[in-house]
Amino acid sequence: MGLKQVDVAQACEISPAYLNLIEHNKRSIGGALLSRLSRALSIDPADVSRGVEGSVVAAMDAALARYPDPVGARESSEDIIQRFPGIARVLHQIITENQQLAKTIEVLSDRLNQDTHLSASLHNMLSTVTSIRSTSGILASDEDLDADWQARFHRNLHEDSQRLADAANGLVTYLDGLSDSVSATSLPQEEVEAWLEARGWRIVELEDDPDHDTRELLSGASLGGAARMIALGLLHRYGEDARALPHDLLHKTAIAADFDPMAMATASNLPLAVVLRRLAVDREDVPSAGLVICDASGTLTFRKEIDGFALPRLTSACAVWPLFDALRQPQMPVRQLVEQPGQPGRLFDCTAISDIRWPGGYDGAGVVEAVMLIQPVDVSDSLARAIGSSCRTCPRQTCAARREPSMQVDRSDPAAL
Amino acid sequence: MDGHVLLIEDEPNIIEAIRFILSRDGWRVDVHSDGASAMDAVRRRKPDVIVLDVMLPGRSGYDILNDLRQSEDFADTPVLMLTARGQQKDRDIAERIGVSRFMTKPFSNGEVLDAVRELAGK
Repeated sequence: MGLKQVDVAQACEISPAYLNLIEHNKRSIGGALLSRLSRALSIDPADVSRGVEGSVVAAMDAALARYPDPVGARESSEDIIQRFPGIARVLHQIITENQQLAKTIEVLSDRLNQDTHLSASLHNMLSTVTSIRSTSGILASDEDLDADWQARFHRNLHEDSQRLADAANGLVTYLDGLSDSVSATSLPQEEVEAWLEARGWRIVELEDDPDHDTRELLSGASLGGAARMIALGLLHRYGEDARALPHDLLHKTAIAADFDPMAMATASNLPLAVVLRRLAVDREDVPSAGLVICDASGTLTFRKEIDGFALPRLTSACAVWPLFDALRQPQMPVRQLVEQPGQPGRLFDCTAISDIRWPGGYDGAGVVEAVMLIQPVDVSDSLARAIGSSCRTCPRQTCAARREPSMQVDRSDPAAL
Repeated sequence: MDGHVLLIEDEPNIIEAIRFILSRDGWRVDVHSDGASAMDAVRRRKPDVIVLDVMLPGRSGYDILNDLRQSEDFADTPVLMLTARGQQKDRDIAERIGVSRFMTKPFSNGEVLDAVRELAGK
C-alpha cells in the first residue's frame, strides 16, 4: 500500500504507538475508530475486523466446536470477543499453547510406545532390580548361609548393581536426548523434510537447472548417511519433475486450469503425479499446498505439512485419507474434499493417484507409490469426508476404520462419554 | 516340600536366586533358558509347577503358555508367569491364554515361594 504507520495513525487521529498496539492485536477497535482506519486503508471495515480478530475467532470457533455445551445455546465467538476482548485474547493464547502441547504429547507418546530401545531398557532395569532384590533377600534372611554361597551372592549383587547403574545412565542419556529432540528430527526422513523446509520446500538450483549436481546441493547440509541417501533420491526426482514441468509452464498451465491438477496434467500431457508434486513446491504465484507420498505398505515416505491439515509424525496415517483410496486402485485419480477434527468449516481439496512400476522386470515385485496433494479451499460442503491425522490422536470414536483407541475423547459423541 | 518346579528364565542371577530359595524349601528345580525349546524341557519330565518368564530368547512366554494350554498333557499344569510388564492389558493377555498366577517384577522371594506352594496345592 505504500503507507507509513505515522500517516495512518494521523489519519485515524491516534498515536503511532496506539496503532502499533492495534496491529499486534493488543487493542480491539470498533465504532468511529474502525471507520477512520478503514478509510485510511481504503478497505472495507469488515475486512479490518476480520484481520484483527479473524485468527482469534477461528481458534475459538474450533475450540467451541470441540466442546459443545450440553445445556443449550452458548455465546458465539464474536460475542465473547466483543464483550470480553482481554479474556478472548487470553483464551486464544491458551488454545494455541494447548495445540502445541497436544502435538508434543503426540510425539512423546508415539516415541514411548514405539521405542523398542526404551522398552528394552526398562525391561532390563526391572529384571536387574528383581535379581538384586532376590539376592539381597537371601543374604539378609539366611544367617546360616555358608561362605561359598555368600561369596557367590555377593558377587551377583556386585554384577547386578553395576549393570543397573549402567542401564540407568544409559536411560538418562537417552531420555535427555529424547526431550531435546521433541521439536527436532530423529528419523532420516524427518531430517530430510526439515532440510527441505529450511529451504522453503523449493530447490532453486534445480528449478534453474534440472541437471544441477544434487550431491553438490547436499555438500553443506548436516544430514546423516541415511538422510543423505533419501535426499539424493528426492532431489533426483525433483530435477526430473522440474525438467518435465518447468516453472513458467507450470504457472501458465495452473492459471489456465484454475489450479485443477487433472486439467493441468491433461493440458501438459504429463502424469498426474508429476503435476501434484510440482504444485506442492512453494512459490509466490502458486497457493501453498501440502503433499504426502506413501508406499505400498501405506507408510508415509514424504510429508509436506500445510497449516490446518495435521500429518502424523511417527504413527500410521488415517486410513480414510483419499491417498489410500488411490493406493487401492493404481492409476485411477481420486479427488475428495476432506475435513479434519477440530477444524469445522476448514476444508481441503485432496487429489491423489498411485502408480506401479516394475524395476525388477517380469520376475520382480511391483513397486507402488501413491501421492496426494492437499490444497486448502474456501468452500463449505456438508459432503466433505471426515478424516483424522492418525487413530491415536483422532477424537472420531465412531469411525469405522478406527484401529486403535485415541488419546482424545470426542465430546460430541455420546458413546465416548 | 517335595515337588518339581521347572523354571523357564534367561536371567542368570535371577535363576540362581530363585533356584536357591526353592531348593532350600525342598523343591527340585530344573532350569531352562531358551524359549524355543522350552516345550521339550516340559515334556522331558512333567513338572508340578512351571515358573515362566515372559521375555525369553527365541519365543515369548505367552506363546509357550499357549502351547501348554493347547496340549492335553499340560493344559492343567499350574503356571506362574513372571514379567516386567505389569499393565492390565498384559495381565488380560495372560489370563485369556490361561495363566494360573501373574507376578510382576520386582517381586520378593517370599511372594514367589508362597505362589509356588499355593499352585502346587501344598
